[in-house]
Amino acid sequence: MIIQALSFYLFAFVAIAAAVMVISARNPVHSVLFLILAFFNAAGLFVLIGAEFIAMILVVVYVGAVAVLFLFVVMMLDISFSELRQGFLQYLPIGGLVGIVLLAELLMIGGSWVIAPVAEGGRGFPVPPVNQVTNTHAIGKILYTDYIYLFQGAGMVLLVAMIGAIVLTLRSRPGVRKQKISDQINRRPEDAIEIKKVQSGSAI
Amino acid sequence: MSMNQLMPALPEIVLACTCMTLLMLGVFRGDSSTRSVSWISVLALVVVGVVLTSVQSGRMVAFGGQFIVDDFGHFMKWLIIIGSSLAIIMSINFNEQERIARFEYPVLILFATLGMFMMVSANDLISLYVGLELQSLALYVVAAFRRDSLKSSEAGLKYFVLGALSSGMLLYGCSLIYGFAGTTSFEGLATLFKGLGGTGPSVGLVVGLVFLIAGLAFKISAVPFHMWTPDVYEGAPTPVTAFFAVAPKIAAIALFIRVLTGPFGVLIAEWQQVIILISIASMVLGALAAIWQDNIKRLLAYSSIGHMGYALIGLAAGTEAGVRGILVYMAIYLAMNVGTFCCVLAMRRTGRMVEGISDLAGLSRNQPMLALALAILMFSMAGIPPLAGFFGKLYIFLAAIESGLYALAIVGVLASVIGAYYYLRIIKVMYFDEPAEAFDRTISGEVKVILVGMTLFVTFFIIRPDIIVGGAGTAARMLLAG
Repeated sequence: MIIQALSFYLFAFVAIAAAVMVISARNPVHSVLFLILAFFNAAGLFVLIGAEFIAMILVVVYVGAVAVLFLFVVMMLDISFSELRQGFLQYLPIGGLVGIVLLAELLMIGGSWVIAPVAEGGRGFPVPPVNQVTNTHAIGKILYTDYIYLFQGAGMVLLVAMIGAIVLTLRSRPGVRKQKISDQINRRPEDAIEIKKVQSGSAI
Repeated sequence: MSMNQLMPALPEIVLACTCMTLLMLGVFRGDSSTRSVSWISVLALVVVGVVLTSVQSGRMVAFGGQFIVDDFGHFMKWLIIIGSSLAIIMSINFNEQERIARFEYPVLILFATLGMFMMVSANDLISLYVGLELQSLALYVVAAFRRDSLKSSEAGLKYFVLGALSSGMLLYGCSLIYGFAGTTSFEGLATLFKGLGGTGPSVGLVVGLVFLIAGLAFKISAVPFHMWTPDVYEGAPTPVTAFFAVAPKIAAIALFIRVLTGPFGVLIAEWQQVIILISIASMVLGALAAIWQDNIKRLLAYSSIGHMGYALIGLAAGTEAGVRGILVYMAIYLAMNVGTFCCVLAMRRTGRMVEGISDLAGLSRNQPMLALALAILMFSMAGIPPLAGFFGKLYIFLAAIESGLYALAIVGVLASVIGAYYYLRIIKVMYFDEPAEAFDRTISGEVKVILVGMTLFVTFFIIRPDIIVGGAGTAARMLLAG
């Protein structure tokens, strides 16, 4: 129990510290690296509450794909982040005001919160019971049966996104040399090499 | 899950499989197959229509209640099939002339159609969102389909950014509703609201509902969420604009009707005022802003904003007569818009598209038949009696008066009188202005057939209105009974 509590505080504090560093680091590459650290700690927190599937997905998707993509963008685009941050303090008062208004609104909504009876019932008896199946198994079970329609629909959405990206950006430009495997295989030594007799003691 | 449980979704399954098959065909055969892929897509849509009719009618749910089919859905899906297939046919020659013929175009239209089917059949907040996203994503791409043109890319980008914003609002609304109701299924929500009794819904639910309405209002381009419409209509290639003007609007208004009269039907007191406001604003802005337009596609954009305002009157009434009015209105709206866009496609001078209203001058002398067809369509849009457009408005206004929404009906009539000005101006330019240079006669046979068909429908609707009105009546009765 004590180990669990200790690891919780460790993960939580490192996550918060890393998150603070993300916005305060001067070098954007450092920011992204701190972001990765924050993700890892969040994954650790998920493991602690027994949601190992989400923890692994978080690492695979956010660290493996999103953060690396960020890193590429940051390194390849020549953006001067210090310039972008120039007017940061200047907008603080008005930004803070908007933040306070939003907070007040959220509190007002929160004040009127009534937990729906249906939701309450669902929380009391999670289906299937947590101690009988692993959560990967449980998610798979409802995703491929109860929610198969939405699963397939989401697949269609991703397919359309892929087609769209290709339609809008793929151009066949003339003069681009592409690999033609059949040409490479069909090439014979006679086409590629020329043997010349070189007289000893003279240049070609 | 046995095969029988999948039967209600058979049209969607056929459509999805066709999309993927055609995609493969196009990828392997290259852009030279564009013409055949387009015609096969049209054929596939017809087949889907046949399957749709053969699927046993009546109210059925599938996939654990996330998917619903009923006569209302059938009616709307038929309209969507007509809109999509006509948009593909209209594009075939146009895309070749503009050198943007690529096989992805019909495939994307089919995917958008699939998304619209899912929207019409949504019976759950999540399936609503997935269908909407599938549709929108395909539409963003076809809006920017002429990717070398700055205007088309701008249209696509603008549509994408604003569409993503509206999807965000819609999702926010859905999550609030889910948070306060504890369920996403429409049946569950309906039961919950009926059980509320006199206490009324909590504030969070109403806020969620308003966000949901805002997200949907964006999709039908109702004021105040209309800003994207004129730019996107102007920038997108003309057949795409024709498609935007009909099919997505029909799907979104179907969704609007299903959500508001279904699960939220008992909360009519909460949403009626919002719909009335949106409706009045759309009608007035559609009528006034179009007066100053010189570009015919922008004018049609404002005209469609206005038309959506009229359709929303029927929703504000919230009765069976109102829903029937909307269905009739959307069918007639489809015919008028497709016909008008066929005329816009004919506006081509020395190989380039022209879009100014003044370019129409003298059309009555150069191409009298085309001018006559456009004149009939404009008279119908303005709602001049024996034509179809008049009946669309008539059913809507009757429903409003039956429900006691006199002010709304009066505003509607006034707005349509103002709107008549700019429709009649087009006729005046065609018949009475100094003739301009003639258009090229490159309009293809298919487009001519569509134009003649739509014009005949609009002209002779009065002879057998019962075909459409009867079907709409059955659909509306079924929706509100269930």
